[in-house]
Amino acid sequence: MEGCNTIEPVDMAGFVPAVLRFKMDGWRVVQICAARLAEGYELSYSFGKEYDMRTLRLTVGEEETVPSITQIYPGAFLQENEAAELFGVKIECMEQDYHGKLYRIGVETPFKQKG
Amino acid sequence: MAKQSIVPFGPQHPVLPEPVHLDLVLEDEVVVEAVPSIGFVHRGLEKLVETKDFKQYVYIAERVCGICSFGHGMGYCQCLEKIMNIELPPRAAYLRTIWMELSRVHSHLLWLGLLADAMGFESLFMQSWRLREKVLDLFDMTTGGRVIFSVNCVGGVLKDMDQTMLKTIAAATREMEKELRPLAETFLKDYTVGHRLRGLGVLDAEHAKLMGAVGPMLRASGVAFDVRKLGYAAYGELDFDPVTASDGDSFARCEVRIKEIFQSLDLIRQAVGKIPDGPIAAPVKGNPNGEHFMRIEQPRGEAIYYVKANGTKFIDRFRLRTPTTSNIPPMLEMLKGCQLADVALLILTIDPCISCTER
Repeated sequence: MEGCNTIEPVDMAGFVPAVLRFKMDGWRVVQICAARLAEGYELSYSFGKEYDMRTLRLTVGEEETVPSITQIYPGAFLQENEAAELFGVKIECMEQDYHGKLYRIGVETPFKQKG
Repeated sequence: MAKQSIVPFGPQHPVLPEPVHLDLVLEDEVVVEAVPSIGFVHRGLEKLVETKDFKQYVYIAERVCGICSFGHGMGYCQCLEKIMNIELPPRAAYLRTIWMELSRVHSHLLWLGLLADAMGFESLFMQSWRLREKVLDLFDMTTGGRVIFSVNCVGGVLKDMDQTMLKTIAAATREMEKELRPLAETFLKDYTVGHRLRGLGVLDAEHAKLMGAVGPMLRASGVAFDVRKLGYAAYGELDFDPVTASDGDSFARCEVRIKEIFQSLDLIRQAVGKIPDGPIAAPVKGNPNGEHFMRIEQPRGEAIYYVKANGTKFIDRFRLRTPTTSNIPPMLEMLKGCQLADVALLILTIDPCISCTER
Protein backbone atom coordinates (compact mmCIF):
# COMPACT_ATOMS: atom_id res chain seq x y z
CA MET A 1 0.00 0.00 0.00
CA GLU A 2 1.49 3.34 -1.02
CA GLY A 3 0.23 6.40 0.89
CA CYS A 4 0.76 9.95 -0.36
CA ASN A 5 3.47 11.93 1.41
CA THR A 6 3.61 15.56 0.28
CA ILE A 7 4.91 18.90 1.55
CA GLU A 8 2.78 21.93 0.64
CA PRO A 9 3.88 25.52 1.35
CA VAL A 10 1.33 27.77 3.01
CA ASP A 11 1.46 31.46 3.97
CA MET A 12 0.39 32.89 7.30
CA ALA A 13 -2.98 34.12 5.99
CA GLY A 14 -3.87 30.72 4.61
CA PHE A 15 -2.47 28.67 7.48
CA VAL A 16 -5.40 28.44 9.91
CA PRO A 17 -8.03 28.02 7.14
CA ALA A 18 -5.89 25.19 5.70
CA VAL A 19 -5.67 23.48 9.11
CA LEU A 20 -9.43 23.87 9.52
CA ARG A 21 -9.98 22.25 6.14
CA PHE A 22 -7.86 19.28 7.22
CA LYS A 23 -9.94 18.95 10.38
CA MET A 24 -13.24 19.18 8.48
CA ASP A 25 -12.03 16.53 6.03
CA GLY A 26 -11.22 14.10 8.85
CA TRP A 27 -7.42 14.36 8.94
CA ARG A 28 -5.59 13.97 12.26
CA VAL A 29 -2.48 15.94 13.18
CA VAL A 30 0.49 13.57 13.29
CA GLN A 31 3.50 15.77 13.91
CA ILE A 32 4.75 19.33 14.22
CA CYS A 33 8.38 20.01 13.42
CA ALA A 34 10.37 23.23 13.76
CA ALA A 35 13.60 23.77 11.85
CA ARG A 36 15.98 26.70 12.09
CA LEU A 37 16.52 28.93 9.05
CA ALA A 38 19.13 31.67 8.67
CA GLU A 39 16.46 34.15 9.71
CA GLY A 40 13.45 32.60 11.35
CA TYR A 41 11.96 29.14 11.34
CA GLU A 42 10.38 26.60 9.11
CA LEU A 43 7.38 24.91 10.69
CA SER A 44 6.01 21.67 9.27
CA TYR A 45 2.57 20.48 10.31
CA SER A 46 1.82 16.94 9.12
CA PHE A 47 -1.68 15.52 8.90
CA GLY A 48 -2.67 11.91 8.38
CA LYS A 49 -5.77 10.22 7.03
CA GLU A 50 -5.71 6.48 6.63
CA TYR A 51 -2.23 5.90 5.20
CA ASP A 52 -1.84 9.30 3.50
CA MET A 53 0.25 12.07 5.00
CA ARG A 54 0.27 15.71 3.93
CA THR A 55 2.53 18.35 5.43
CA LEU A 56 1.88 22.09 5.54
CA ARG A 57 5.09 24.13 5.44
CA LEU A 58 4.97 27.54 7.10
CA THR A 59 7.97 29.89 7.10
CA VAL A 60 8.02 32.45 9.91
CA GLY A 61 10.33 35.27 10.91
CA GLU A 62 12.35 35.34 14.11
CA GLU A 63 9.91 37.58 15.99
CA GLU A 64 6.78 36.61 14.14
CA THR A 65 4.05 34.89 16.16
CA VAL A 66 2.28 31.79 14.95
CA PRO A 67 -1.33 31.00 15.87
CA SER A 68 -1.73 27.81 17.86
CA ILE A 69 -3.73 25.04 16.27
CA THR A 70 -4.82 23.63 19.64
CA GLN A 71 -8.27 25.24 19.26
CA ILE A 72 -8.70 22.93 16.26
CA TYR A 73 -6.57 19.96 17.34
CA PRO A 74 -6.37 19.91 21.17
CA GLY A 75 -3.78 17.11 21.11
CA ALA A 76 -1.24 19.38 19.38
CA PHE A 77 -0.33 21.26 22.56
CA LEU A 78 2.60 19.06 23.51
CA GLN A 79 4.45 19.48 20.22
CA GLU A 80 3.66 23.21 20.11
CA ASN A 81 5.08 23.64 23.61
CA GLU A 82 8.12 21.66 22.50
CA ALA A 83 8.72 23.91 19.46
CA ALA A 84 8.36 26.97 21.71
CA GLU A 85 10.72 25.68 24.40
CA LEU A 86 13.43 24.09 22.28
CA PHE A 87 13.49 26.56 19.37
CA GLY A 88 11.92 29.68 20.81
CA VAL A 89 9.12 29.77 18.24
CA LYS A 90 6.51 32.28 19.39
CA ILE A 91 3.18 30.47 19.43
CA GLU A 92 0.14 32.34 20.69
CA CYS A 93 -3.13 31.18 22.24
CA MET A 94 -2.07 27.63 23.06
CA GLU A 95 -4.85 25.86 24.96
CA GLN A 96 -2.31 24.47 27.40
CA ASP A 97 0.68 26.79 27.44
CA TYR A 98 3.32 25.54 29.88
CA HIS A 99 5.29 28.81 29.57
CA GLY A 100 8.67 27.14 29.32
CA LYS A 101 8.01 24.61 32.08
CA LEU A 102 7.44 21.46 30.02
CA TYR A 103 11.12 20.67 29.58
CA ARG A 104 13.08 20.80 32.81
CA ILE A 105 16.39 21.68 31.21
CA GLY A 106 19.06 24.16 32.20
CA VAL A 107 19.50 25.82 28.80
CA GLU A 108 16.87 28.13 27.39
CA THR A 109 15.79 27.33 23.79
CA PRO A 110 18.79 25.03 23.19
CA PHE A 111 17.96 24.41 19.50
CA LYS A 112 17.69 28.10 18.60
CA GLN A 113 21.31 28.54 17.54
CA LYS A 114 22.74 26.48 14.71
CA GLY A 115 25.90 24.42 15.17
CA MET B 1 -17.08 21.67 45.90
CA ALA B 2 -14.40 19.38 47.27
CA LYS B 3 -11.11 20.91 48.30
CA GLN B 4 -8.45 20.79 45.60
CA SER B 5 -4.92 19.65 46.32
CA ILE B 6 -1.86 19.09 44.15
CA VAL B 7 0.11 15.87 44.42
CA PRO B 8 3.48 15.67 42.68
CA PHE B 9 3.88 12.34 40.90
CA GLY B 10 7.32 11.21 39.70
CA PRO B 11 9.88 11.57 38.25
CA GLN B 12 10.90 8.69 40.53
CA HIS B 13 8.14 6.21 41.17
CA PRO B 14 8.26 2.42 41.70
CA VAL B 15 5.99 1.87 38.69
CA LEU B 16 7.68 4.28 36.30
CA PRO B 17 10.55 2.73 34.34
CA GLU B 18 11.60 6.19 33.15
CA PRO B 19 11.36 9.67 34.62
CA VAL B 20 8.31 11.79 33.96
CA HIS B 21 6.75 14.24 36.36
CA LEU B 22 3.08 15.03 36.73
CA ASP B 23 1.43 17.59 38.93
CA LEU B 24 -1.87 15.92 39.74
CA VAL B 25 -4.68 18.28 40.69
CA LEU B 26 -7.01 16.29 42.92
CA GLU B 27 -10.48 16.74 44.34
CA ASP B 28 -10.52 14.29 47.24
CA GLU B 29 -8.88 11.28 45.51
CA VAL B 30 -10.11 12.04 42.00
CA VAL B 31 -7.76 13.54 39.42
CA VAL B 32 -9.22 16.65 37.78
CA GLU B 33 -6.10 17.69 35.88
CA ALA B 34 -2.58 16.43 35.22
CA VAL B 35 0.23 18.80 34.21
CA PRO B 36 3.30 17.07 32.82
CA SER B 37 6.93 18.08 32.79
CA ILE B 38 9.75 16.18 31.13
CA GLY B 39 13.40 16.90 30.36
CA PHE B 40 15.06 14.80 33.05
CA VAL B 41 16.85 12.73 30.40
CA HIS B 42 16.94 15.28 27.57
CA ARG B 43 20.23 14.85 25.70
CA GLY B 44 19.72 17.06 22.65
CA LEU B 45 20.35 14.15 20.27
CA GLU B 46 18.42 15.81 17.42
CA LYS B 47 20.80 18.74 17.62
CA LEU B 48 23.84 16.48 17.41
CA VAL B 49 23.00 15.69 13.78
CA GLU B 50 24.42 19.08 12.78
CA THR B 51 27.93 18.09 13.82
CA LYS B 52 28.09 14.39 12.88
CA ASP B 53 28.63 12.75 9.53
CA PHE B 54 25.26 11.45 8.30
CA LYS B 55 26.58 7.87 8.33
CA GLN B 56 27.92 8.22 11.88
CA TYR B 57 24.56 9.52 13.06
CA VAL B 58 22.98 6.07 12.57
CA TYR B 59 24.70 5.04 15.81
CA ILE B 60 23.29 8.06 17.62
CA ALA B 61 19.78 7.47 16.27
CA GLU B 62 19.99 3.94 17.67
CA ARG B 63 20.90 5.32 21.06
CA VAL B 64 17.81 7.49 21.37
CA CYS B 65 16.34 4.61 23.33
CA GLY B 66 17.27 1.10 24.37
CA ILE B 67 13.93 -0.54 23.66
CA CYS B 68 13.16 1.04 20.28
CA SER B 69 16.82 1.18 19.26
CA PHE B 70 16.66 -0.89 16.09
CA GLY B 71 13.59 0.94 14.77
CA HIS B 72 15.16 4.36 15.29
CA GLY B 73 18.21 3.37 13.29
CA MET B 74 16.01 1.89 10.60
CA GLY B 75 13.70 4.91 10.39
CA TYR B 76 16.63 7.29 10.06
CA CYS B 77 18.28 5.12 7.38
CA GLN B 78 15.04 4.73 5.43
CA CYS B 79 14.68 8.52 5.38
CA LEU B 80 18.16 8.94 3.91
CA GLU B 81 17.66 6.08 1.45
CA LYS B 82 14.55 7.85 0.14
CA ILE B 83 16.39 11.18 -0.17
CA MET B 84 19.39 9.56 -1.89
CA ASN B 85 17.27 7.29 -4.13
CA ILE B 86 18.96 4.17 -2.80
CA GLU B 87 17.13 0.95 -3.51
CA LEU B 88 17.28 -1.31 -0.50
CA PRO B 89 18.41 -4.86 -1.42
CA PRO B 90 15.52 -7.32 -0.83
CA ARG B 91 17.55 -9.43 1.59
CA ALA B 92 18.33 -6.36 3.69
CA ALA B 93 14.61 -5.49 3.75
CA TYR B 94 13.79 -8.95 5.11
CA LEU B 95 16.60 -8.84 7.67
CA ARG B 96 15.37 -5.47 8.90
CA THR B 97 11.84 -6.87 9.17
CA ILE B 98 13.01 -9.85 11.24
CA TRP B 99 14.97 -7.65 13.66
CA MET B 100 12.13 -5.14 13.84
CA GLU B 101 9.58 -7.80 14.74
CA LEU B 102 11.92 -9.35 17.30
CA SER B 103 12.20 -5.85 18.79
CA ARG B 104 8.41 -5.62 18.96
CA VAL B 105 8.21 -8.97 20.77
CA HIS B 106 10.82 -7.95 23.31
CA SER B 107 9.24 -4.52 23.83
CA HIS B 108 5.74 -5.94 24.38
CA LEU B 109 7.06 -8.65 26.72
CA LEU B 110 8.94 -6.01 28.67
CA TRP B 111 5.72 -4.01 28.97
CA LEU B 112 3.72 -7.05 30.06
CA GLY B 113 6.27 -7.68 32.79
CA LEU B 114 6.06 -4.07 33.97
CA LEU B 115 2.27 -4.25 33.97
CA ALA B 116 2.28 -7.44 36.03
CA ASP B 117 4.78 -5.86 38.42
CA ALA B 118 2.61 -2.75 38.76
CA MET B 119 -0.31 -4.96 39.76
CA GLY B 120 1.86 -6.84 42.27
CA PHE B 121 1.66 -10.04 40.20
CA GLU B 122 5.34 -10.87 40.61
CA SER B 123 5.35 -14.40 39.15
CA LEU B 124 3.70 -13.12 35.98
CA PHE B 125 6.31 -10.37 35.79
CA MET B 126 9.09 -12.94 36.16
CA GLN B 127 7.63 -15.25 33.49
CA SER B 128 7.19 -12.36 31.00
CA TRP B 129 10.76 -11.23 31.38
CA ARG B 130 12.06 -14.80 31.31
CA LEU B 131 10.46 -15.17 27.90
CA ARG B 132 11.87 -11.83 26.80
CA GLU B 133 15.38 -13.11 27.51
CA LYS B 134 14.97 -15.56 24.63
CA VAL B 135 14.56 -12.65 22.21
CA LEU B 136 17.64 -10.98 23.61
CA ASP B 137 19.51 -14.25 23.07
CA LEU B 138 18.45 -14.17 19.41
CA PHE B 139 19.74 -10.60 19.12
CA ASP B 140 22.97 -11.76 20.70
CA MET B 141 23.29 -14.67 18.27
CA THR B 142 22.60 -12.59 15.15
CA THR B 143 24.29 -9.30 16.00
CA GLY B 144 26.53 -9.72 19.04
CA GLY B 145 24.48 -7.20 21.02
CA ARG B 146 21.50 -7.68 23.29
CA VAL B 147 19.98 -4.20 23.49
CA ILE B 148 21.68 -1.84 21.05
CA PHE B 149 23.10 -3.87 18.23
CA SER B 150 24.07 -1.38 15.50
CA VAL B 151 23.29 -3.42 12.41
CA ASN B 152 21.62 -0.69 10.37
CA CYS B 153 23.53 1.35 7.85
CA VAL B 154 22.43 3.71 5.13
CA GLY B 155 21.66 1.43 2.18
CA GLY B 156 21.05 -1.79 4.11
CA VAL B 157 22.39 -3.70 7.08
CA LEU B 158 25.86 -4.56 8.33
CA LYS B 159 25.33 -8.20 9.27
CA ASP B 160 23.76 -11.16 7.53
CA MET B 161 22.06 -14.22 9.00
CA ASP B 162 23.11 -17.64 7.76
CA GLN B 163 20.72 -20.58 7.30
CA THR B 164 21.49 -21.99 10.75
CA MET B 165 20.59 -18.68 12.37
CA LEU B 166 17.38 -18.38 10.39
CA LYS B 167 16.36 -21.93 11.34
CA THR B 168 17.17 -21.22 15.00
CA ILE B 169 15.03 -18.08 14.89
CA ALA B 170 12.08 -19.91 13.33
CA ALA B 171 12.34 -22.70 15.91
CA ALA B 172 12.64 -20.17 18.74
CA THR B 173 9.46 -18.37 17.61
CA ARG B 174 7.54 -21.67 17.71
CA GLU B 175 8.91 -22.40 21.17
CA MET B 176 8.08 -18.89 22.39
CA GLU B 177 4.57 -19.12 21.01
CA LYS B 178 4.04 -22.28 23.03
CA GLU B 179 5.36 -20.64 26.19
CA LEU B 180 3.41 -17.45 25.59
CA ARG B 181 0.03 -19.21 25.48
CA PRO B 182 -0.31 -19.86 29.24
CA LEU B 183 0.99 -16.35 29.94
CA ALA B 184 -1.58 -14.84 27.57
CA GLU B 185 -4.25 -17.00 29.21
CA THR B 186 -3.35 -15.53 32.60
CA PHE B 187 -3.25 -11.93 31.38
CA LEU B 188 -6.54 -12.23 29.51
CA LYS B 189 -8.55 -14.55 31.74
CA ASP B 190 -7.30 -14.08 35.29
CA TYR B 191 -9.94 -12.45 37.51
CA THR B 192 -7.51 -10.10 39.29
CA VAL B 193 -5.96 -8.79 36.06
CA GLY B 194 -9.38 -8.21 34.51
CA HIS B 195 -10.69 -6.56 37.66
CA ARG B 196 -7.70 -4.20 37.76
CA LEU B 197 -7.75 -3.25 34.07
CA ARG B 198 -11.29 -3.42 32.74
CA GLY B 199 -13.03 -0.06 32.48
CA LEU B 200 -9.87 1.82 33.48
CA GLY B 201 -8.86 4.74 31.24
CA VAL B 202 -11.47 4.30 28.53
CA LEU B 203 -10.64 6.10 25.29
CA ASP B 204 -13.16 5.89 22.47
CA ALA B 205 -12.12 5.89 18.83
CA GLU B 206 -13.21 9.49 18.23
CA HIS B 207 -11.20 10.87 21.16
CA ALA B 208 -8.25 8.65 20.35
CA LYS B 209 -8.01 10.16 16.87
CA LEU B 210 -8.71 13.71 18.04
CA MET B 211 -6.03 13.61 20.73
CA GLY B 212 -3.49 11.93 18.43
CA ALA B 213 -3.21 8.42 19.92
CA VAL B 214 -1.07 5.97 17.96
CA GLY B 215 -0.05 2.32 18.03
CA PRO B 216 -1.63 -0.24 20.35
CA MET B 217 -3.35 2.60 22.20
CA LEU B 218 -5.21 3.66 19.03
CA ARG B 219 -5.88 0.10 17.91
CA ALA B 220 -7.28 -0.78 21.35
CA SER B 221 -9.94 1.85 20.66
CA GLY B 222 -11.00 0.01 17.54
CA VAL B 223 -9.05 1.92 14.89
CA ALA B 224 -7.32 -0.46 12.47
CA PHE B 225 -4.29 1.70 11.68
CA ASP B 226 -0.84 0.15 11.49
CA VAL B 227 1.92 1.91 9.54
CA ARG B 228 3.44 -1.45 8.57
CA LYS B 229 0.61 -1.68 6.04
CA LEU B 230 2.48 1.00 4.03
CA GLY B 231 4.73 -1.89 3.02
CA TYR B 232 8.18 -0.50 3.93
CA ALA B 233 11.03 -3.01 4.48
CA ALA B 234 9.48 -6.42 3.61
CA TYR B 235 6.06 -5.79 5.16
CA GLY B 236 4.45 -5.37 1.74
CA GLU B 237 5.20 -9.04 1.03
CA LEU B 238 3.92 -10.43 4.32
CA ASP B 239 0.38 -11.35 5.22
CA PHE B 240 -1.06 -9.58 8.26
CA ASP B 241 -3.88 -7.31 9.41
CA PRO B 242 -3.76 -4.72 12.21
CA VAL B 243 -4.75 -6.16 15.60
CA THR B 244 -7.62 -4.25 17.16
CA ALA B 245 -9.86 -4.34 20.22
CA SER B 246 -13.03 -2.37 20.76
CA ASP B 247 -13.34 -1.47 24.44
CA GLY B 248 -10.63 1.23 24.49
CA ASP B 249 -9.77 0.52 28.13
CA SER B 250 -6.54 -0.63 29.78
CA PHE B 251 -7.52 -4.26 29.33
CA ALA B 252 -8.01 -3.72 25.58
CA ARG B 253 -4.52 -2.19 25.36
CA CYS B 254 -3.11 -5.26 27.09
CA GLU B 255 -5.07 -7.56 24.78
CA VAL B 256 -3.81 -5.80 21.63
CA ARG B 257 -0.18 -6.06 22.74
CA ILE B 258 -0.49 -9.75 23.57
CA LYS B 259 -2.07 -10.52 20.19
CA GLU B 260 0.62 -8.45 18.49
CA ILE B 261 3.30 -10.67 20.00
CA PHE B 262 1.68 -13.71 18.37
CA GLN B 263 1.39 -11.73 15.14
CA SER B 264 5.05 -10.70 15.25
CA LEU B 265 6.17 -14.29 15.83
CA ASP B 266 4.15 -15.28 12.77
CA LEU B 267 5.61 -12.40 10.72
CA ILE B 268 9.13 -13.49 11.66
CA ARG B 269 8.42 -17.02 10.46
CA GLN B 270 6.92 -15.66 7.23
CA ALA B 271 10.01 -13.49 6.67
CA VAL B 272 12.38 -16.38 7.43
CA GLY B 273 10.50 -18.52 4.92
CA LYS B 274 10.59 -15.91 2.17
CA ILE B 275 13.97 -14.24 2.62
CA PRO B 276 15.79 -14.11 -0.73
CA ASP B 277 19.52 -14.48 -1.32
CA GLY B 278 21.56 -11.49 -2.38
CA PRO B 279 23.52 -8.52 -1.10
CA ILE B 280 22.69 -6.96 2.26
CA ALA B 281 23.62 -3.37 1.44
CA ALA B 282 23.55 -1.06 -1.55
CA PRO B 283 26.46 1.29 -2.29
CA VAL B 284 26.09 4.85 -1.05
CA LYS B 285 27.53 7.58 -3.24
CA GLY B 286 27.82 11.27 -2.41
CA ASN B 287 25.97 13.22 0.24
CA PRO B 288 22.22 13.55 0.76
CA ASN B 289 20.40 16.61 -0.52
CA GLY B 290 16.70 17.06 0.12
CA GLU B 291 14.14 16.28 2.77
CA HIS B 292 11.72 13.53 3.63
CA PHE B 293 9.21 12.47 6.28
CA MET B 294 9.30 8.72 6.95
CA ARG B 295 6.86 6.75 9.07
CA ILE B 296 7.43 3.38 10.67
CA GLU B 297 5.46 1.33 13.20
CA GLN B 298 7.52 1.09 16.36
CA PRO B 299 6.31 -1.24 19.15
CA ARG B 300 4.65 1.74 20.82
CA GLY B 301 3.11 3.07 17.62
CA GLU B 302 3.69 5.28 14.63
CA ALA B 303 7.05 7.09 14.75
CA ILE B 304 7.90 9.86 12.28
CA TYR B 305 11.43 10.59 11.14
CA TYR B 306 12.31 13.77 9.30
CA VAL B 307 15.64 14.48 7.67
CA LYS B 308 16.55 17.72 5.93
CA ALA B 309 19.89 17.46 4.17
CA ASN B 310 21.87 20.15 2.39
CA GLY B 311 24.27 18.27 0.09
CA THR B 312 27.11 18.16 2.63
CA LYS B 313 27.93 15.29 4.95
CA PHE B 314 26.25 17.17 7.78
CA ILE B 315 22.49 17.19 8.03
CA ASP B 316 20.51 20.37 8.71
CA ARG B 317 17.74 18.88 10.77
CA PHE B 318 16.72 15.50 12.11
CA ARG B 319 13.39 15.25 13.86
CA LEU B 320 11.88 12.25 15.55
CA ARG B 321 8.25 12.36 16.60
CA THR B 322 8.01 9.42 18.93
CA PRO B 323 4.85 7.41 19.64
CA THR B 324 4.88 8.53 23.27
CA THR B 325 4.87 12.21 22.22
CA SER B 326 1.59 11.46 20.49
CA ASN B 327 0.21 9.32 23.30
CA ILE B 328 0.82 11.76 26.16
CA PRO B 329 -2.08 14.15 25.28
CA PRO B 330 -4.68 11.34 25.25
CA MET B 331 -3.11 9.94 28.42
CA LEU B 332 -3.57 13.29 30.19
CA GLU B 333 -7.18 13.27 29.01
CA MET B 334 -7.70 9.75 30.37
CA LEU B 335 -6.25 10.69 33.74
CA LYS B 336 -9.04 13.19 34.32
CA GLY B 337 -11.62 11.52 36.51
CA CYS B 338 -9.53 8.54 37.57
CA GLN B 339 -8.64 7.66 41.15
CA LEU B 340 -5.20 8.61 42.47
CA ALA B 341 -4.48 4.92 43.12
CA ASP B 342 -5.02 4.13 39.41
CA VAL B 343 -2.71 6.84 38.06
CA ALA B 344 0.45 4.73 37.94
CA LEU B 345 -1.22 1.81 36.20
CA LEU B 346 -2.99 4.07 33.74
CA ILE B 347 0.24 5.81 32.77
CA LEU B 348 1.82 2.42 32.27
CA THR B 349 -0.90 1.27 29.88
CA ILE B 350 0.25 3.76 27.23
CA ASP B 351 3.68 2.08 27.45
CA PRO B 352 5.48 5.41 27.84
CA CYS B 353 9.02 5.71 26.55
CA ILE B 354 10.32 8.92 28.02
CA SER B 355 13.86 8.44 26.81
CA CYS B 356 12.59 8.42 23.21
CA THR B 357 10.30 11.36 23.83
CA GLU B 358 13.01 13.57 25.27
CA ARG B 359 15.74 12.51 22.84
